[in-house]
Amino acid sequence: MPANEMKSASRDSAKLMNRSDLCRRLVEKLVHEEAVVGGIGHTHFDLWASGQRPQNFYMLGSMGLAVPIAFGVALAQPQRRVFALEGDGSLLMQLGALGTVAMHAPKNLAIVVFDNGVYQITGSQPTLTSYRTDLVAMAKGAGLAQSAWAADEAHYDRLVDAALKAEGPWFIAARTDAQPPAGVTERDAAKIRGRFMQGLGVSR
Amino acid sequence: MSVENAARAPSEAWDEIVVRVLKANKVELIAYVPDKVLAPLIKRLHADDYFAVLSPAREEEAVGIVAGAYMGGRRGIVLMQTSGFATLPNVLASLAVPFQIPVLMMISERGTLGDFQLGQAMVCRTMRPVLESLGIEHHAITRLEDVEFIVDSMIRQAFATQAPAAMILSPLLTKKTARK
Repeated sequence: MPANEMKSASRDSAKLMNRSDLCRRLVEKLVHEEAVVGGIGHTHFDLWASGQRPQNFYMLGSMGLAVPIAFGVALAQPQRRVFALEGDGSLLMQLGALGTVAMHAPKNLAIVVFDNGVYQITGSQPTLTSYRTDLVAMAKGAGLAQSAWAADEAHYDRLVDAALKAEGPWFIAARTDAQPPAGVTERDAAKIRGRFMQGLGVSR
Repeated sequence: MSVENAARAPSEAWDEIVVRVLKANKVELIAYVPDKVLAPLIKRLHADDYFAVLSPAREEEAVGIVAGAYMGGRRGIVLMQTSGFATLPNVLASLAVPFQIPVLMMISERGTLGDFQLGQAMVCRTMRPVLESLGIEHHAITRLEDVEFIVDSMIRQAFATQAPAAMILSPLLTKKTARK
């Protein structure tokens, strides 16, 4: 257990990073066909913009379900690492999922949350994290011991490296800035699902 | 082993038949939010090592897990009661239906034929209109002799056509049969 990597920054001290940059940093490290489930809105826009890997799934609705979907993939393919990418607004909609993941403790699942404190896509209205809610504290409270705020990009990289090497589940949170996403996902649900299943080596 | 050739005792309860048909169709991941009517089935599933049984906090979460597992190559089903189904229109309309993911649902029908809660009775009225408006295949199972045929054929069709399906357990099956 890489104790140093998991040392969490506090939310207040965590650097404001750029979501597009963090998506690219994650994707660059994925050399073993790891699966990535991108949550609704700007989260999957930036995943899309970081390169359209066949192992990426882009959620077009079902707000809050990136973690359960990724957990389902992780259960079906225990040999494959699976990442759920979520925004703060989305995660707040389905906090019980953190407890479900903690209870079953899938070794191959990592949750990455980009917390910009707002519902950026609808006009940047504040989410609960702009007030008193700390998502790492909630993840720890749900039973996810390996939960941390990334202090800066270098720390984020180390956390992702740990999630790729050591046993999960992992919860990595990063505070992000107000920059717009780097692209827009092509919204073709059947194509996204077909390509994702192909990318995972699953035939119907 | 095909369902047709499976040995069956004439005295099988509905929940025993469901377990046998799920196995015959390789549906092994169970995600449920509990319900009193479903309790004997849930107990049976927990006791059987064939199944991976999860109890997420919410029905939406269960649909997400089963959808993800399907895309990863593992078959699952969501068990819930009527009021739980009422929380699902968004996830069915934005995930299961447009992405063509065969999410199986088994719903114990509350709020009709002797339910004493107005809340259950009202929410029950929303179930079929929601299923109809989403174009989701659904059948109520009312008789013990129909359990095997309806569950088996709906599961087969769901996977063959890549469409979600709702199997509704009527009180005619779960309450009336139990009273015999």
